Order: sequence, then C-alpha cells, then structure tokens
Amino acid sequence: MLVYLGKRLVYTIPIVIGVSVVCFGLVHIAPGDPLVSVLPPDASEELKMQMMRAYGFDRPYYEQFLLWCWRALQGDLGVSIATGRSVASEVFRAVKNTLLLSFVATFIGFFFGLLFGFVAGYFRNSPIDKIASILSVIGVSVPHYWLGMVLVIIFSVQLNWLPPTGAGPGGSADWQPDWAHLRHLILPAITMSVIPMGIVARTIRALVADILSQDFVPALRAKGLSELGIFGHVVKNAAPTALAVMGLQLGYLLGGSILIETVFSWPGTGFLLNAAIFQRDLPLLQGTILVLALFFVLLNLIVDVIQTAIDPRIQRS
Amino acid sequence: MRSTFRPALIAGAFALAGALLTSASVMAQEKVLRIGMTAADIPRTHGQPDQGFEGNRFTGIPMYDALVHWDLSKADAASVIIPGLALSWAVDATDKTKWTFRLRPGVKFHDGSPFNAAAVVWNVQKVLDQNAAHFDQSQVGVTVSRMPNLASARAIDDMTVELTTRNPDSFLPINLTNLFMASPTHWQKLLGEVPASVTDPKARAAAAWTAFAANPSGTGPFRGVRLVPRERFEMVANKDYWDAARRPKVDRVVLLPLPEPNARTAALLSGQVDWIEAPAPDSVPQIRQRGFTMYTNAQPHVWPWQFSFREGSPWLDRRVRHAANLCINRAELKELLGGLMEIPQGTVPPGHPWWGNPSFQIKYDLPAARRLMQEAGFSAARPLSVKVLTSASGSGQMQPIVMNEWLQQALKECFFNVELEVAEWNAVFTNWREGAGHANARGANATNVTFAAMDPFFAMIRFVTRQTNPPASNNWGFFNSDEFDQLAATARSTFDDAGRDSALAALHKRIVEEAPFLWVAHDVGPRAMSPRVTGVVQPRSWFIDIAPMDIRPGS
Repeated sequence: MLVYLGKRLVYTIPIVIGVSVVCFGLVHIAPGDPLVSVLPPDASEELKMQMMRAYGFDRPYYEQFLLWCWRALQGDLGVSIATGRSVASEVFRAVKNTLLLSFVATFIGFFFGLLFGFVAGYFRNSPIDKIASILSVIGVSVPHYWLGMVLVIIFSVQLNWLPPTGAGPGGSADWQPDWAHLRHLILPAITMSVIPMGIVARTIRALVADILSQDFVPALRAKGLSELGIFGHVVKNAAPTALAVMGLQLGYLLGGSILIETVFSWPGTGFLLNAAIFQRDLPLLQGTILVLALFFVLLNLIVDVIQTAIDPRIQRS
Repeated sequence: MRSTFRPALIAGAFALAGALLTSASVMAQEKVLRIGMTAADIPRTHGQPDQGFEGNRFTGIPMYDALVHWDLSKADAASVIIPGLALSWAVDATDKTKWTFRLRPGVKFHDGSPFNAAAVVWNVQKVLDQNAAHFDQSQVGVTVSRMPNLASARAIDDMTVELTTRNPDSFLPINLTNLFMASPTHWQKLLGEVPASVTDPKARAAAAWTAFAANPSGTGPFRGVRLVPRERFEMVANKDYWDAARRPKVDRVVLLPLPEPNARTAALLSGQVDWIEAPAPDSVPQIRQRGFTMYTNAQPHVWPWQFSFREGSPWLDRRVRHAANLCINRAELKELLGGLMEIPQGTVPPGHPWWGNPSFQIKYDLPAARRLMQEAGFSAARPLSVKVLTSASGSGQMQPIVMNEWLQQALKECFFNVELEVAEWNAVFTNWREGAGHANARGANATNVTFAAMDPFFAMIRFVTRQTNPPASNNWGFFNSDEFDQLAATARSTFDDAGRDSALAALHKRIVEEAPFLWVAHDVGPRAMSPRVTGVVQPRSWFIDIAPMDIRPGS
C-alpha cells in the first residue's frame, strides 16, 4: 500500500507542473490588458510602460513564469493587482466559503443521489424507479444558474422567505452556524446540489441494476440470505465506483461554481474567479486556478487511495 | 436560598430585557442605507478608488474630498466644478505652469489631524514622487492618467499650495477632482504599526496602505469603519463634516458588490438593499410596479461609432458621416431600450458650457440622409459597405448587440450595408489605443467604444488631435487636421474659466459639424431605490451625492 501511495505521489509531480504551466499560459493567452484594473485605457503610453515595469509585465514570459513558480513554492502567490491584498489571503478566504457551501451541497446531493440511485436500481422498472429517474434526469439537465434564479424569484422576491445574496447579515467574516447565516446558505446549496444528485443517482441506479443481474445474487438468495444481507453485498460492490463518482463531484463542487456564486453573490472561489477574470487580475487568477487545481489533484489522490483500500484489485492492477 | 435567588433572577431578567430593549432601540434608531453596486469588489478605499467612476462614486466622494469638487446638487443643469478643499485657485500671470491654490481652513481628517498644504503635497507625492516613502504604485494608474500634466506640489504656507504642470494646461482644476486627500498623519501611524519583521521600506509602505484601506481617514462626509473584502464596506456619518449642507442624514452606509444584474434586482425587490445601480433592464416595469423609484438623468457619457479616416475608409466623405447621423431614429431606439437612454445632439448637450451651437444638427431626417448618400454616389442598388468593431458586453456599452443590430437595420434605409465584427470587450478596448488599420481592428472602419465626457481631454481632445493618435491615445480613426490641433491648443492654454469654456465650445461646435462620430446615445445611469430613500438628486453626472439623502424607517 505504501509503495502504491508513493507511486501515486510521484505521478502527481508532472501533473502539478503541467497544471502550473497551463494556469500561467491560459491567463496570458487571454485577450486584454493585465493592468486594466489599475490603469484606465486612456492612460498615456509612458504611464502604461511605467506600470508594466513596476508589475514586472515587461519581462519575458519564461522569466515571469519561473519567478511565479519560485514564489508559489514558498507559499507566496503574489499580490492582487486590483486590491493590493495578498492573493493567498484572498484565495483562502474564498476557499473557506466555498468549502462551507460545497459541503452542504454535497451532503444534500449525495444523500438524495444515493437514495434515488439505490431505490431506483433496486426497484427497477417500478413506479418508484420512474419517479427517482425523472428526478435525477431533471437534476442533470436543468441549468443550475437558471434554477438558482427561479429559486430566488420564488423564495426571495415573491415569498420573501430567504435572502437572495451574500453569506450573512454582516458578510462571511463573522460567520456563525445560526439561522441568520444559515438562511443565506439554503438557496445556493440546493442549487449547487442538483447536478451531483442527478449524476450520483443515475450512476448508482445503473450500477445497482448491473450488480443485481450478476450470478452471485441468485446464489446468495439460494443460500437463504435475507434481502437486507443481499443489499449489503450490493452496497459493498457498488462502493468503489460510487466513491469515484462522488469524489469527482466533490472535486467539482469544491472548485466552486462561477455561475452559482455569482448569481447568489456568494463570496467563494467562483465569485473570486469571476472578479479576477473581469478585472484581468492575473496574479489573482493564476493563484486561484492553481490552488483549485491542486485541490482537485489532492482530492483525486485521496479518492484513489481510499478506493484501493476498499478494493485490493485496483492495487494489483 | 430560594428567597435570595428569586429576586436576583427577576432583577437579572429585567436588566437583560432592559439591555435588549436599549440595544433594539439603538438599532431601530440607526438609519442605514444599503447599496447594491455593479462592481464585483469593493472599490479601493485608501483614497484613490479603482472600478472606474463607480469607485469614485462610492468610496471616493463619500469619504474623501478633493481640492476641486463636482457640483452634484442639481438635476437640471450641467454638473460643473466648484471649490472643494481649495477655496480658490489661479494660474501664475507669467508662468502658466504654476498654479496657486488657497486652502479651506479648519478642515480636519477623520483621525482629527488638520488638513493643510503639507497634506496636499503629501497626497501629490503619493502618486508622483517615486522617492517618497509613501509612494504607492497601485494608486498611480487610476490617478495620474486622470491628471496627466501635474508634475509636483509645493507648500507656500500652511494654507497655500503651488501646483506645477509639465505644460501650460487650463484643465488642471478639472483634473484635480480625481485627487482625493488622504490623511498623512493616519498613514504614518499605521506605518508605525507594521511589524518590525517587515524591513523593506517599499513593503512597509505597501502594508501601511493596505492597513489604511481597512481603516481609512479622509475629510469626507462619511468615515469608513468596516471592510469585509469582496463582500461589504461600511461607512458611518462624519457629523463634524465641514460643509453643513452635506452633513449626512443617514447614520451608516453599507456597500455591497452585486455584479450580476438579476442578483441586484432580487436584492432590491426582497428588501435586502435599499438602492441598486443599473437594474436588469427587463425588470424595470416590475421595479416600478412594486413601488420602487427609478432615477435617471443624462450622463456625460457617449455611445458612439468612432469613424476611421485612414485611406480608403468609407467615412472620409463628410456627406456619408452626416447621412449616418441623420438616418437613425433615436427615439425608436430609446423605446427599444425601455426609455433608458438620452438622445444625443453631440458629445455634450445643448445648454452645456461647451455646447457651442453647431451648424449641423444631429436629428432624424431620413430624406436628407438619403439625399446626402445619393450625392455621395450611393443608392439601394449601390450600397456602401461599412464594418464596425464592437463587443457583446462591457463597461458603459449598454446593450451593444441589440443597439448595433438596430443600427444595422436603421442604416439600411440609407443604403449602408453594415457588417458587425463582434470581439471580446477587452480586445476592442485594447484596439482603441492601437487604432484603425491595426490587425486587431479586424478590417473595421468604425469602432464602438463608449466613453465618459466629463473632462475636456477625455470628452473631445483625445479624439481629434495628431498628438493623441494611437498609440499615444484614443484618436482611433486618425482624425487629423491643423484646425483641430489649433482649437485644442487654444482651449488648453486659455486660463480664465469663461475663456476656456468658450474655446471648448468652439472645439465642440466643429467636432459636431465634422462628425467624426455617429452619436447614438447618452446613458442615463439608471438606479432604483426604495421609496423610503429621500432627498435624492440625480445630477447630470457619473457621480451622485449620498450625503444629503435620508431614509425613512422601514415597515
């Protein structure tokens, strides 16, 4: 197991390097002026050059990249051009908010996804299966930002039950698990949960149906095992795939959603990325993408390790 | 035991209830105005805001004063400059690069330190003197670009300061509306609090400015008290503000960045905020129907097509330019935009000090437009092909696709065959400085970039002189002539206010007559407010004064 873990850790090194190159490259390929947030377009050419020098954008790309990597290795992601604040502090504050939102959304999505998936798979072709399948198809198909707007119209604008924007009455800085703050979380979390719910439900349904059609199930029944016991075997067989799908979905959710966080003005990584893109704030953009990408790599590593622990066949292969 | 416990319990309950009632009544008494901005982040709060003019509007003007202010007290007249922290100013009789500003006595910063000539010099140095300890590169771009000629400052006495420009420049007082006065004493105190482990002087200065942004000190009618980055900024009333007419009536202002128009609208309709900037256009009828008030007024903003004058451009013929300006029924476009535009008659409207009464009248006159096109050799059988570079969105662009497609249809009536080249906003913006003919112009002979028209340089001069040809500035189409160079030079070197305005009027008159633009619309700065908000004056400006506003208690 340790050897496997070591190998997987080594494999992540080229991935991390690749991610860094892509992060840096993509934001520089995008059109626009990196100084747009601190320099109006009508600024003189002389002033523009002075600012380019001050921010180091006059250096060759490879030099900028190496300097950025060197600082990132030391935990310094630079300073936001637009705000002057440290990118690391900006990103970690946003990550904290996104984690909060995505864990709640994950709980909702996985709970209902697993429920619908197992029920639909176990009672295949029954009315319960049809209802659960319809719900999961809706979850996968409905554009979540659209759903978010509809929820806002119903629950905020018309009924005035829940707030449409923000992380709390005083912002996220003094967040507490009380009703005043939790009510801000409900609409974005539900909106964010529908896609993983649909994906998990559909995957689990197909998986359960497949497992139930395998020879060992009638054999278990013939041996006199109860339906609950058989269900336990189905769950155990479905677990590695379910874990992989859930791990990927969790990764997507932890990455934040630009659309959902923008619709609800939720101060997470998606909202931050949106602001960084529109302000062409390259250090912030690079730093945020890098942290999210590394997060994703780490999460995949954890899921791989857990999967291997559950199913030794993976390690052998 | 019971006998001693019970009275204590009762007394405690009364004390708690009393405390709760007191705090509830304090909260109920506090008048809070909550504003949903279009910005995706709180504009910088250290005195030189970013986020364009929205920054000046919300974290500049409310917290800081400049030497010269915009008059934001009238809705029915052009917003002009008035004395701010300077009581008066005059250019030197012999050396026109030197200006003397007499300062307003008795003004104090929020930290209690006095405003004086040394503070002005310090604030000029923060963006112009790279050797100054408090020089801040991050404030340079947004400030120096708006006062390009200012070179230095010198204190003559405690209440008099001399400003020097690189060249004689009569626009300096207007430019100075963008230089906000931050407190040197407060900054120095915050510098002293930077940990000793930070040894690099530049890093210490940057840390002090970051601390200043979180705990700002200006001289304005509001004082910043709480910054939650990217989420909210709170300001409280400065009850000792020097201008009694602008002493705030609300106790607290909360700024919330809500960049998504539907989110802003929902926040207003659900009562989460009392005021939103630029509501989603489709929601305006609903906003009105639910009792909210829409405020609009013509802004010094121009939504144009800027023509190319390079060889081979179809716009070289003045008849064609006039025909385009006469061909479009702007009232129809206004209806299409739900009334959220003003019909332009030039870069500035009639009645503005720079209007100048041009002989060419911008209006809808289809027969005249067709006649001009026919005289120029075009007809339905022989249409004129033009190509316009535009964006799908962008700051100040209003609804560019809808508007350009409408123009495409409207100009067909006058034998124009319009091809729209839609590019990403920043690419269009960047090309504005590269000029027509550059590869990034993609063969377009007109570009659609909107602009603010508050300052004479940014409203007119940068579009019509050789000096401002790309890449120096935004004369994208290379509209060049000796006459316009001379008119611009005259305006810049006329130092009495009336004479300068008269020279600018002469320039504006000739610009309209030569029509290097298709003037399509002025934005109206729509904002929606709760009917509880009172004392609102929406001036003909990009800015609005929060200080005189009040808010009635909520239901």
